[in-house]
Order: sequence, then structure tokens, then C-alpha cells
Amino acid sequence: MTKESISAKGDLRLTRLTKSYGDFTAVDDLSLVIPEGSFFALLGPSGCGKTTTLRMIAGLEEPTVGSIHLGSTDITTTKPYQRPINTVFQNYALFPHLTIFENIAFGLRRRGIKDVDAAVTKVLDLVELPHLAQRKPTQLSGGQQQRIALARAIVNRPALLLLDEPLGALDLKLRRQMQIELKWIQKEVGLTFVHVTHDQEEAMTMADTIAVMNEGQIEQMGSPADLYDNPKTAFVANFLGQSNLIKGTISGNDGDSHIVDVFGQKISLQKNRSHAVDNSIYAGIRPEKFRISRLGTPTSGNILTGGHIEDVSYIGVSTQYQVEMPWGQELMVFEQNDDGVAPFSKDEEVNISWEPIFTFGLRGDEDATAGSEVNPEELDEE
Amino acid sequence: MGKIRTPYLLLLPGFGFLFTFFILPIINLAQTSTQTPVGGGDTGQYEQTLRFSNYVDAFVENKEQFGRSFVYALIATLLALAIAYPLAYAIAFKGGKLKNFMLVLVIAPFFTSFLLRTVAWKQILGEEGFVVPTLRNLGIISDSTTLTSSAFAVVMGMTYNFLPFMTLPLYASIDRIDPRTLEASGDLYANGFTTFRRVTLPLSMPGVVAGTLLTFIPAAGDYVNAAILGSPNTKMIGNVIESRYFKIVDYPTAAALSFTLMAVILILVTVYVRKAGTEELV
Amino acid sequence: MSHKIKDATIPHIPTGARISRWIGRNLIRIYAVFAFTYLFIPVAYTFAFSFNDSGKSNLIWKGFTFDNWKNPCGAPEVCSALANSIKIGFLATLFSTILGTMIAFAIGRYSFKGRSTSNLMIFLPMATPEIVLGASLLSLFLVFKINPGFWPTVIAHVVFCISFVVVTVKARIASLDPRLEQAAMDLYANERETFRRVTLPLVAPGIAGAALLAFSLSFDDFIITNFNSGTLTTFPKFVYTSAARGIPAQANVIGSAMFFLALAIVITGQMVGRKRKVSA
Repeated sequence: MTKESISAKGDLRLTRLTKSYGDFTAVDDLSLVIPEGSFFALLGPSGCGKTTTLRMIAGLEEPTVGSIHLGSTDITTTKPYQRPINTVFQNYALFPHLTIFENIAFGLRRRGIKDVDAAVTKVLDLVELPHLAQRKPTQLSGGQQQRIALARAIVNRPALLLLDEPLGALDLKLRRQMQIELKWIQKEVGLTFVHVTHDQEEAMTMADTIAVMNEGQIEQMGSPADLYDNPKTAFVANFLGQSNLIKGTISGNDGDSHIVDVFGQKISLQKNRSHAVDNSIYAGIRPEKFRISRLGTPTSGNILTGGHIEDVSYIGVSTQYQVEMPWGQELMVFEQNDDGVAPFSKDEEVNISWEPIFTFGLRGDEDATAGSEVNPEELDEE
Repeated sequence: MGKIRTPYLLLLPGFGFLFTFFILPIINLAQTSTQTPVGGGDTGQYEQTLRFSNYVDAFVENKEQFGRSFVYALIATLLALAIAYPLAYAIAFKGGKLKNFMLVLVIAPFFTSFLLRTVAWKQILGEEGFVVPTLRNLGIISDSTTLTSSAFAVVMGMTYNFLPFMTLPLYASIDRIDPRTLEASGDLYANGFTTFRRVTLPLSMPGVVAGTLLTFIPAAGDYVNAAILGSPNTKMIGNVIESRYFKIVDYPTAAALSFTLMAVILILVTVYVRKAGTEELV
Repeated sequence: MSHKIKDATIPHIPTGARISRWIGRNLIRIYAVFAFTYLFIPVAYTFAFSFNDSGKSNLIWKGFTFDNWKNPCGAPEVCSALANSIKIGFLATLFSTILGTMIAFAIGRYSFKGRSTSNLMIFLPMATPEIVLGASLLSLFLVFKINPGFWPTVIAHVVFCISFVVVTVKARIASLDPRLEQAAMDLYANERETFRRVTLPLVAPGIAGAALLAFSLSFDDFIITNFNSGTLTTFPKFVYTSAARGIPAQANVIGSAMFFLALAIVITGQMVGRKRKVSA
């Protein structure tokens, strides 16, 4: 049994990784490169395989097929304690029988590092809890425990830090605050963070790159803005924020744009924002990109006429409208409450318009509801 | 490699011990039970003759004591359940800050030897105690009635001695019940009794099963309470086995009785556990 | 501050109804008090009669004295019986805790072929009446011409204590969060270090509880001991054999002292545990 850990550094490479439990495939032929120094998020609903992926990186599960490399070193079958990788566990997993100091010193002592005191003191200062060193974990609040769990991992200066739903147990306000702090700490210590979450807002706030996972595979990977503005699949469009997906047919071209026929009305869509494979297409528009206008008011860009306001919900910064279109679909529209125009009221007849550059196109044979029925708030499975 | 072997290595010493000093003795007991005395030999000398009618003889001779053992044990178990259930419920739900202290109180009598406590009952309920004269003065019992040397005293003694064994598992499973489920039941139009029957009792079933077994099994095999608090008319099967071993030195009959007792208890336990639907006992 | 409002509109609850309501609300508490009284009557009796100036037979109250407490070994055999019980209890606890803890880890931590058979093997001794355990073991010793006495009694006690140790420790292992061990492995502790630094310290309270249980079962055992101890006298055996001719008050002293000692240990243990939880 080799005790010394591997001192590998560099990008993390997952190659054709598969993990099956009997008939069930949790992770399905997944390949991925996570560049050194980045803040990377694996985002997906419960049971999408993101936690299993994380556990394979940590060494807590062995892949059925595939390999994991850190820089040029193959770590696929090495033990968790041999990998220069540390984890912030869901619910923290702080050792209840040890003081906070000893919790943080645990990894350092196992590796036989000298000057444990200085390292622990420094990291306690970083998470701003130096006064708690001699307490036991049960005497700490959830937010404090979260920070200690983080300190216990980063004190080891791992090549890779894994965070498994680290903020899931905190209330909303604390979660927002910790999101900003985590991001700051990552910049401060300069480590690679891999963050697993089902909370799309959390992933978008913190990560440089997000991989959206569904049924053991990666649906799409990119920067938060890329994923939000130009989703490739209905799952991504619905799981990251809300989308209006309108069925249509590509009926012609106009320079760099497609002309799309939706239930008799024509709209335009940039060709490079279309992921359709044939003429059948879903035109996608985010609710906040829509504008509502009364009949007869001049508008520009794409216009859909014949809307009927079914429902109005005032929620402070914005007002949400459900607008029923002539073909029976209800579109969701978010209007900022900043222009002084009186909000529209229920049962008004309106037109809807938007800038053509905001339209994205999805394959027409997709399930338009994919990703919208999962409840992102429900707790992730193991 | 090592991983597959580890559990067996861990089991080996303990199970080796249990095999030698639990399984082998039971097998030996079975062998002894069909032996007969050596013709012309000393007392206590027996040879194997596979005389299975030892069982019939032993049972016929002692069927009264057998019946008494199971009836007494059953009554004591039911009484203990009736006393322990509300007690465990009170500790779990009304204990508040005193919960742990009350649990200690349940276990505490254990530490005064159970024999001392049983003898204490004998003296409290005896002729020189204060209970009998008081009851006689009040005219509740007649002058000739005694409380000790009776079936009442034996059953009461057993109930008393096994009460903690009943209370602790009951407490463990009642304490695990989320009080909000009881509130939910009340919210959904169940009255107190219905809530108990439909929610509390089913949820505490593992405790009921464990508690009744931990009470019934030792009670059925007990002979101390009958010896101290009873009379020749309240002898249980344990008393018979004891005297066959030590006074009469009739090992085959004692073995046949022991084996029968064990077999009957195992059958009852198996049927009971199946019916109660709690297979995961240990 | 409190300011009594006299107002005819506030409905008045009649006293009778109030009393019956109070009883209804506190019925279960009243019941608990009765149950505790039942549990403690003989303990109180034993304690009271430890002060009896009784002479040989401790049946009738003859007057108050501290003599029995000043000289607990005054009656013949009491203290040697007690010493035997403590020795047997200590050894039985030691062996049954070691063997039982190993079995508990095997069953609680690994899935292997024969796991359900193992569970049955643990359940069987608990489902066997003590008299059968004691009698069968005695028969075995007789076959191998081993005289009943000290070591046969220790062995007999280990047999019935093991199952209780396994059940207690297994419950503790089952309540352990597997993530704690994973966290240790993640923090560079190999299998052995993980066991020593995390698993064992966390299971330790369960093992301690099991040991305490084993000791009290062994210390108080009579039936199995009676079969396998031969001429050796233990404390319960002493009480049983002297019950007929009257138990000396010194036995009451020892019984009461054990009671208060155990109570003090348990309560101190709980207070220390609570203190640790609350303050730093």
C-alpha cells in the first residue's frame, strides 16, 4: 500500500467515462477536459450522474469503463488518499469527535507536513473564523460548518477541489453570500474548483464554464452567457432559466438569417444560432427579451400579433404576463417595471415583439418540455 | 483479495467460540436426551440408546408445568406490555428535559441484584410485611388468603423483573416517531384513540415485538420467581429441569425437557415474528 | 404587567371540568409515576433494610443501625461472593466485547455470503432460554470431564453476552455517516488510519455501552451461573442460597451500594457528555 500521494498537476481529463450499476447507467461515455485554474460547474437535475462523476474524480467510485488523467498522470484506479484532490462534501462530513483545528489539520497530519499550526491558522483567517479553532463541529452554525469544510479541503493545496452541492443546506440569503465568497476564495488560492450543483443560478454566479448534464451525458458545455443565450437543446433551454419554444418551419433565407414560418406569421433567426437539422424548428425566445405593445403602437424586429393577456403577476422588479397566442400556446413575458408605462392588464389584446438576434433555434423533433418538469430545488440523490 | 476475506476473519473468533460453547452443547443436549441409565451402573451414568420416548415420558409427566410456564410467561408479558407502553410513551413524548434521567431510572433497579429485589417482594407481600395485614384489616382479603406462595406472586414477580427489558426497546422505537405525524393524524380527523391505533402503534411495532420477545423468552424459562415467590403448586418447567439436573441427576429427562422448551419457544418466536412482519430484529 | 380583567364576556371554565381536564392531560404522567413506584418499591425496601439491626435473619425490622454499612463484609461469604462476581463480570465483559465488536463490524460493514446466517447465529442465543443455555453447557463440560467452576462460568457468561454486544455495537455502526470515512480517505488517510482516527473513535461510545450492558448482565446472572459454577459462590448465588434461612443485611448494603454507584457513574457520564456538547 503506497502511502505517498501523487504530486500530479495540470488539466483534468475524463476520457469515455462510464459507470453502471447493474442495468442502470449513471454516467454514459463521458469525455471532458477541465483546464487548470478554472472554476468548473457540473449542473443537472437529480440523478443526472453529476455526483457519480464527482465521486469517480475523487476516487470514491471506480469507473466501469474509461480513464481519468490529472496532467499526464493516470489516476483512474488510485485510492482517494493517493490523489492530490480534496472534496467539500454535501452536509460537510466534519468529524464530530475532533475540534475544528484538528478537523482542518487532519489532511496535513496524514501527509506528515510540518508546521501544521501555521497552515491551519492561515486558512482559518482566510475563512474568517479564527476564533472557532477549539470548538466542536456540532457547536457551529450551518454557514460556519460550510466554511470549515472548505478550509479543511483547501489547506491541503490540492491540484483539484471538488465541491458536492456545498451550499445546498444553507438558506437562500447565506447561499448568495457564500457564492460570492467561494468565487473570491477560488481567485485567492488559485486552485481548480469543480462544483456539482442542481441550482442553475448558483452555477451561473460562480463558474467560468458550466457543463449541463442529463441522463449521464453532457448536453452542452460553455460559459454561463453562452448557455443562456444560445442553448443547443430544449433541455438546456428549459433547465437554465425559462424559455418560450414556438414550433415553426424554415420557409426561406435572407442573407445570414432564416425566415421561419410560425403559424402563418414570419419571424427571422440568425443562421449561426440555429441548431435545427432540417426545416422543422423550434424558435426559442427568453421571456425577458419579449416586449408587449398595444395594438397600433409602432414596433420593430420580430412581431407576433393576436396576443391576449391571460394572466398578470406583479413581482416587484418585473411583471410577468401569460399571453395566449392565436394558435393556443401561452407565452411567458417578463417586463421590467422601469419605463413608467402602466402595466398591461388582463384580457388586453396585444402584440409581442423582440430583436431577431435574441432568437435561437432548436431541432423541431425535440421534446419542447424537456428539462422543465424537473424541480431544481429537490435534493440531489447520492 | 483482502477485502473479501476481512469479514470472515472478523467473524472467525466469535463464531468459533459460539460454535464450541453454544452449538456443540445444544447438539450434545440432543444426544443426551435419548439416553437411558446404564444397567447396574452408578447414578448419573447413561448410555446412548436412542430412546425417543424419553420425550413423551418427560412431557406427559410434566405437562402441567409446561402449560404453567407458557401461561405465566404470556400473562407476565402482557402485563409488562401494559405497564411499559404508557411508561415508554411518557418518557419519549412527555419526558422533556428529564428524558435521559427517566431512562436511567428505568435501568437503575437492574443494579440492585434482581434476586435481592425478588426476595424483597417476598418479604413485602409476606405475612410479616405491611401489605397483607393492611388488606386484611380493610377486609379486602380474608384471613386465610396469602399473597406469597401463589400464582399471583410468581406472575407479579416475573412482570416486575422483566419490565426494563420491555420498556427499553419500546422507548427506542416510540422515541423515533416524529411527533408531527401524530399531529398530522389529529389534523386529518383522527381522535386520540384512532391516532394511537392507526399511527403510533404501527410505528412502534418493532419495539413491541422486540420487547415482548425479550420478556417472554426468559420468562418461559425462568424458575427463580417460582422458587422464591411460589409454592409447589406454581412450579414451572424451569424448576423441573433444575431439580432433574441437581437433585435427581436425571440428565436425559432434563435434556429432553430443555430441548422441548427451546423448540417450542423457537417455533412460537418464528410464528410471532412472521405475523408481526418484523424480520429485521437483530 | 399582569392586570386582571374582570369581564363577563370571558367564559368561565367550571372547576370540575378543569380538574378532569388536568387529569386527562396528565393521565400518562400519573401513570408513569405509578410505574416508577412499582419499579422502585423493592429497591427502597432493600435500601431500608440495609439499616436493620437484624442480627442473622433480616426478615423483621428490629431497629436502625449503621453497623452493616460500616462493616459490609461482616457476614460470612458476602464479600468473597462479591469479589467472584466482579472478577467473572470483568473477564466476561472483556471477552464478549472484543468478540462481539469484531462480529458487529463484519455484519455492519461488509456484505458477504452468509450474512443472514450470521444474523441468525447472533439471534439464536438470545432466543434460547437461559436455563437451556446453562444446562446444555454443563452437559458439555461433564462430557469432557471439566469441573464446573470459575472458568466455565466465565465462558457461559461470554456466550450470552456476545449477542447483546453485537446488537448494541451494530446499531452504532449503522448510524455512522459513511461520508465521514470517505472524507478521511479524501484527506490522505489510508484504510488503517481511517479506521483508527475516524471509525473507531465514533463507534467507541457504542462499544462502551455494550461493555456496560455485558457487565451488568453478567454481574446479575443467576440461572446460567448456577449450572456452571459448581461450588463457586457468586453474589446472586449467595443471595439465592441464603434466601431460605434469611439474607444478612450486609447483602442489602452491597446491593444498595451497587445501585448508588451505578447511578452516580451513569449520571456523571451524562453530565460530562452534555457539558461537552454545550460549551467549548
